[in-house]
Amino acid sequence: MRPGAPSSAEQRTAGWLFLAPALLLIGCFFFLPVGASLLLSFTDFDIYAIADPANVRLVGFRNYAELLASPLFRTALKNTFYFVALGGPLTVAVSLGAALLVNARLTRFKSLFRTLYFAPFVTTLVAVAIVWRYLYHPEYGLLNYALGFVGLGPVDWLGDPRWAMPAIVLLAVWKNFGYHMLIFIAGLQAIPEELYEAAYLDGAGPWRQFRHVTLPMLGPTMAFVGLVTMIGFFQLFAEPYVMTQGGPLRSTTSLVLLMYEEGFRWWRMGYAAAVAFVLFLLILAVMLAHRMVRGGETA
Amino acid sequence: MTARSRAVLLHAALGAGALLALGPMLWMLAASFMPAGEANAYPPRILPSRPTLEHYRTLFTRLDLGRNLLNSSIIALAVTILSLLINSMAGYALAKLRFRHREQVFRTLSAGLLLPVQISMLPLFLLFKELGLINSYWGVIIPSMASIFGIFLIRQYTLAMPDDLLDAARIDGASELRIYWSVTLPVIRPILATIAIWTFLNTWNDFMWPLIVLSDEAKYTLPVALANLSGEHVQDTELMMAGAVITVLPVMAVFLVLQRYYIQGVMAGSVKG
Repeated sequence: MRPGAPSSAEQRTAGWLFLAPALLLIGCFFFLPVGASLLLSFTDFDIYAIADPANVRLVGFRNYAELLASPLFRTALKNTFYFVALGGPLTVAVSLGAALLVNARLTRFKSLFRTLYFAPFVTTLVAVAIVWRYLYHPEYGLLNYALGFVGLGPVDWLGDPRWAMPAIVLLAVWKNFGYHMLIFIAGLQAIPEELYEAAYLDGAGPWRQFRHVTLPMLGPTMAFVGLVTMIGFFQLFAEPYVMTQGGPLRSTTSLVLLMYEEGFRWWRMGYAAAVAFVLFLLILAVMLAHRMVRGGETA
Repeated sequence: MTARSRAVLLHAALGAGALLALGPMLWMLAASFMPAGEANAYPPRILPSRPTLEHYRTLFTRLDLGRNLLNSSIIALAVTILSLLINSMAGYALAKLRFRHREQVFRTLSAGLLLPVQISMLPLFLLFKELGLINSYWGVIIPSMASIFGIFLIRQYTLAMPDDLLDAARIDGASELRIYWSVTLPVIRPILATIAIWTFLNTWNDFMWPLIVLSDEAKYTLPVALANLSGEHVQDTELMMAGAVITVLPVMAVFLVLQRYYIQGVMAGSVKG
């Protein structure tokens, strides 16, 4: 169909029919529950309400007031921020480092290394979390054994409240860096070769080429990778569920783990929905911040 | 530094990186063949003293993990096939068919693109309880049958398809359904392959929602069964490693066989996105 040509009746019907299954599914089983989640957070929906919905009452902001007063919620919030603040930049740095190595001019077997580095990303998180739990074993674990050779440790990785979250960060970086590495490689390959030639002719060495050509040209990619990583990391759940059950001393209880425990273990669904909504606000804030940064760049 | 020594250094770093990336999985594989107790030794063993299949035998007989392997396979295949059909129809319509409010629909969907799925889980559980979908395959399959991300990628790819192809088919009198099926789908096959692999891996690896919606051990998917098992068998390192191998091996095999389509798709999608 030519641009500007009117749409035929047949196309109009077909368009809606083709869209209908997807819109119904996404509407009923995603958008509707997201909205309902906000409503739920203003109720006292609990185990009695599951037995008989007549027991539900609107309680206004009581769940939120309770959240703010709860030390456990503040701990979960702090833990989640710690995980994002430590894991986010580390993931970006490791992914970029791997991309630079794999994409270097002298590198041979590029696609082999690319595949090997990407492999952790496709593994099942629950399975590798269990594997890492044994690698972190204070006595028999390979990690402490390797650290012993350089005179460090032993560290009680998952048993020490100071180390449990960094241990989970390490697993998350290992699991995720391959994906972002691919995005960085795509970004690196999009940088025009002339820029490097011009910098070379101006007498810039490898470091200054990296500082003044690679990094600025990768700016949008870096913002994108940072955004995706942060949003993903705010949803931390399976690692602490499998490796630490949120311990020791609640040092790895994340927001989503708290939501799961309150909602699906204690059936305090109104309260859990308030936790979910805080997560929503956090992610919204990150997205808005990203949009502002990107808007600033193009302006 | 000469170019040669730089190259040696570079490849040493690449090799060390590959060892770090693959090390945990190699140890998982080795430990799964160790006799009971051998993985808990000091100094740690890297290779089994005498390889044994006893843990795999235990998992498939006494612990009936084959049942969970079957559950995971059914669910992952069903989600992959159904979502491919549903997402490609929607993506095609948003890219190529002209109808009113198309842009509004697209913008609304985009708004949901980065929303974390966890926010929907509490009400979704209550809804599925009303619908009798708790503890059923459908309870896991339905929320994944349509994906905003999938629709997005397909729309993006389909936009680049020349309109002349579609117009020529219309002049020949083909119905819209026929045009979608016989003209569009063959053209967008590369992106469909990428999304199929992506969906299969994600569904297989998914944990939180299956954990919530499935309550009966015989219905568990592999990750849920494995997490459950790891609570009871925390001391049986070798057994747990065999369970982890069974869980990871299918996705690893799919990835290694189809990685060309997958990696290219991820890189192409990311540049545009």
